[in-house]
Amino acid sequence: MCGIAGILGFQSGLHVNKHQLEKMIGMLQHRGPDGVGYFTSNNIGLGHARLSIIDIEGGRQPIHNEDKTVWVIFNGEIFNYIELRKTLESKGHIFYTKTDTEVIVHLYEQYGEKFVKHLNGQFAIALWDDKKKRLILVRDRVGILPLFYKCEKDRLLFSSEIKAILAACAHSPKLNSDALDQILTFWSPISPETIFDDVYEVSPGELIIIDNSILKKRKYWDWEFPENDDYNQSNEDELAESLHDLLLDATRIRLRSDVPVGAYLSGGLDSSVLTSLIHNYSDAPLRTFSIGFKDKSFDESIYQRQMIEYLGATHSNVECTDTDIARDFLSTIWHTESPIIRTAPVPMGILSKLVKNENYKVVLTGEGSDEVLGGYDIFKEAKIRQFWAKNPESHWRPLLLKRLYPYLDLSKSQGLTYMKSFFGAALDNPDLSYFSHIPRWETTAKCKEFCADDIKEQLRNNAIDLFSKILPDKLKDWAPFNRAQYIEAKSLMSGYLLCSQGDRMLMKNSVEGRFPFLDHRVIEFANKMHPKLKMKVLNEKYLLKKSMKNYIPETIIKRYKQPYRAPDIPGFFSKESFQYVKELLSHQKINDYGYFSTDKVMHLIKKIERGRVISQKDNMAFISILSTQVWHYHFIENFSQNFNFNKRNSLTLLKEHVLGV
Amino acid sequence: MSAEQQIRNYVLENYLFTDEQAALDNNDSFLEKGILDSTGILEVIYFLEDEFQIKVEDEDMVPENLDSINRIVAYLDKKMNNHG
Repeated sequence: MCGIAGILGFQSGLHVNKHQLEKMIGMLQHRGPDGVGYFTSNNIGLGHARLSIIDIEGGRQPIHNEDKTVWVIFNGEIFNYIELRKTLESKGHIFYTKTDTEVIVHLYEQYGEKFVKHLNGQFAIALWDDKKKRLILVRDRVGILPLFYKCEKDRLLFSSEIKAILAACAHSPKLNSDALDQILTFWSPISPETIFDDVYEVSPGELIIIDNSILKKRKYWDWEFPENDDYNQSNEDELAESLHDLLLDATRIRLRSDVPVGAYLSGGLDSSVLTSLIHNYSDAPLRTFSIGFKDKSFDESIYQRQMIEYLGATHSNVECTDTDIARDFLSTIWHTESPIIRTAPVPMGILSKLVKNENYKVVLTGEGSDEVLGGYDIFKEAKIRQFWAKNPESHWRPLLLKRLYPYLDLSKSQGLTYMKSFFGAALDNPDLSYFSHIPRWETTAKCKEFCADDIKEQLRNNAIDLFSKILPDKLKDWAPFNRAQYIEAKSLMSGYLLCSQGDRMLMKNSVEGRFPFLDHRVIEFANKMHPKLKMKVLNEKYLLKKSMKNYIPETIIKRYKQPYRAPDIPGFFSKESFQYVKELLSHQKINDYGYFSTDKVMHLIKKIERGRVISQKDNMAFISILSTQVWHYHFIENFSQNFNFNKRNSLTLLKEHVLGV
Repeated sequence: MSAEQQIRNYVLENYLFTDEQAALDNNDSFLEKGILDSTGILEVIYFLEDEFQIKVEDEDMVPENLDSINRIVAYLDKKMNNHG
């Protein structure tokens, strides 16, 4: 993968400041350590930091078409580039590299802005059409690769990460309180918002055309589900076989690379499916990586070992301690560029470091399976709550929730009041479009109670109301299970899982992740399946298990699904105390930054120090407070030092010197 | 310190994160005010068991006993008197 950045002046006389462009690219070295490349002409400047994966020798970007009227910078992979190239060559296009990037310029020549529909892959693309003097920014369908932009009075800045945009800005950024409200509700901002005021993302499945300073947004793809029960009518066996074949192809084309490809192995069903597919259908030797935890309640090592033995894989594991999490938290927030609610991204950064240290650049990973094929507990919880809502006075219906929350001890007959209070939200309105997510959102939103009074004032625009207004009208015609899938994909998956916990933690160590379950053909196929094949009663990912039962051990198929989690709080209060934690949570810094109530934060810290915290709510509150403080420290308090320097970035100079570019 | 004050302080400090006595009325319902969630209830039970040397039985874990300062005080009274 790579990093891209660019500047577009809104008037043709406004020449691009190349020094600023270089400064932007300098901020993205971790995404592309293998070289840099630029294209500047009049009012447009494109920059690229490269991680070489395909056509190592000839793949330097920007890439152009035959007469150099179309230029592209690109972060990602086009997995069907071999097939696309054949078609384009047969139509007379002439290629000068072996890259997947080059198919983009020729596809654009051939199909105009509809070129994107032909791509199977993960991508963030900036394409300059010099004849029409227009810029196109586009992101993949589900948001695997990031792309941000900021409009100023006379120019547009865009890049893979916000830090590159900040490097071209004169003033320090401000926190966007709408986005904070969203993070403290959904775990992430809702696209196109970001935590930075006036900085937006190109939404997943969207293409933006910038023509004469006017931005036009076009949605080219979205999750669609059948209306009126119009599901795929094939029988279960046929569907299982089709799913298997599709997943196999999605995996096969993701092994295309000029460098070796590894895989993450969590011990769960999804990574077991992927590694089995690689093992059974590819000549590539299987190289796997995993993370384990000292705290056994988070650890899945037993299942990882079972799979390694079963597959005969060469495996590397790294154990993550509580202290590792506290130590790496500061650099994690530099990369997420956003407050987070849980520490779970941190170990993912430690895992990608292991991959890098083992000299691998690319891994296949199982994200997306739970969203696409119906694996999450939140889907089960919603199903049980739907069932309960049909008879809200039933004493035994809510007891099914004990299957999800084994610690629930409030099951005696009179405990119904408690069950209703904790899980009975919207029982009287099960048709509500976001019924599935209300308990999670309400629990997370408790974090807002720690906000300072004037921030609370700004947060009164209720995040849930705003989100519900941007949901598509047809959502109400979809099955409740599919509604929950859509909401999950549009909130937590693209904004957090693939971003803070995905791309950013992979790219922190220059590692590219590839996601077969998020191949759009797999999504489109799965979306047409009846929900009962995704979750049969409460058996999650039913059809996936059926389709793969001959390829993975029964113990893996039958194991209880363990959500990926990391220890949140202990490391921050361990013996090896971290100065930044003390400082950023000091009375003074809480007060100076102004986001949170000092009184409440001090009480929360006291509660944690007494060692009594067990609730998710307090865990989330603590991590959201600390991460917001770290975010402010990196991006606002130290703006001048980190972004507004005058000297050229030394890394950029080094690369130019060493690589002669 | 009276049991009532001990419980008040515990709830104020640990669930409302404040020393402000006015933030909580003795009759405020923990459920209606959203003060406690499912794990919060368990924390309160651990607190009562540790602090007052009682055992909260499964059948006692109902809002009638635990949903406000006054209810907890009454429950404690009953519990401690029963056990002499």
